[in-house]
Amino acid sequence: MADTAPTLRTLRSPLGRVRGLGAARGGTHHWWMQRVTSIALLPLTLWLVFSLAGMPDSTWQEATSWIGRPFNAVLLLAFLAAAFHHTAAGLQVVIEDYLRPELARMGAILAVKGACALLWLAATLAVLRIAV
Amino acid sequence: MATFTLPKNSTVKDGKAHRAPSGAKNVKSFRIYRWDPDSGENPRTDTYEIDLDQCGPMVLDALIKIKNEVDSTLTFRRSCREGICGSCSMNIDGLNTLACLKPIEEVKGDVRISPLPHMPVVKDLVPDLSQIYAQLRSVEPWLKADSPPPPDGERLQSKEERAKLDGLWECILCFCCSTACPSYWWNGDRYLGPAVLLQAYRWIADSRDEATGERLDALEDPFKLYRCHTIMNCTRTCPKGLNPAQAIGEIKKLMVERQG
Repeated sequence: MADTAPTLRTLRSPLGRVRGLGAARGGTHHWWMQRVTSIALLPLTLWLVFSLAGMPDSTWQEATSWIGRPFNAVLLLAFLAAAFHHTAAGLQVVIEDYLRPELARMGAILAVKGACALLWLAATLAVLRIAV
Repeated sequence: MATFTLPKNSTVKDGKAHRAPSGAKNVKSFRIYRWDPDSGENPRTDTYEIDLDQCGPMVLDALIKIKNEVDSTLTFRRSCREGICGSCSMNIDGLNTLACLKPIEEVKGDVRISPLPHMPVVKDLVPDLSQIYAQLRSVEPWLKADSPPPPDGERLQSKEERAKLDGLWECILCFCCSTACPSYWWNGDRYLGPAVLLQAYRWIADSRDEATGERLDALEDPFKLYRCHTIMNCTRTCPKGLNPAQAIGEIKKLMVERQG
């Protein structure tokens, strides 16, 4: 506005602001595991989809005995671990991209990670109770 | 949350129209973003009709013609007019590019021109680049070596080592790429952006530099580096045909490589 002086929020130099708190020396593991889980999910998801498509009219007994086979149970557990890890990692990136301020961002990331961990534990427990 | 709409005092309104001189046969309309911080008014889009028979071939030629002959208040940066200084970067017809390298005839219909997106505007087509210059400085884009140079000459590179810098040294720092990156729009205060990361990789890839690990340390951060989501706008928009997205990918590969 022409009639009011602009309000200066900071007199810190641009270089000081850009350097900020420095590099967190992290993020590589998160980025790499997101790639690894996505590659792992390719065969796992294909296997799961084709397996489920192959038994559309199965009874409760047939479904539980399918889950109970060690081969299926192990792949199911691997699928759940990769899928929930990938979901949490991906949602974290979305939240970091768009959510402000810092406190809301941290809270949302913790909530997403907590929800994914609980869902993963519940699903894993379900598979284990059938299989073991 | 990231802001997706413009605040009220930033909404762009229709501005003045400057008609072509009578008798002009080959007329093209230039619709140019105007904003004057001293006026207190909203930004506006002014229309300038230019007789292309009396004008050079590039968009910058038209801008200079407008400033010289039609409206001397139009403000923009330019210097070399041959794509090497990087001053006249702006958004032309929806794509960030250099006005001096963009032929007018490539634009169908009106030529819409606005400043580089999502940067504070100083005036008209001039963006405030102080943050991005500071980000460039923060990656220390100069040779760092503890070994003294040979007493009788310069530091040598093999041809293969020198070839690794091709596609990196040509960057002219026009910042078309960074200001085309949505990640830089939303998180430009912390994400370094494609231009600065390409510069960082230019020194990481330099065989004469001895600070590679230190440079990777300074970049290893969820925001400084890992806001790149391989959107590729940077590579698409680069007026010099460089590939900042690939340079960022190389940095990420080195980050993984040194872990295991």
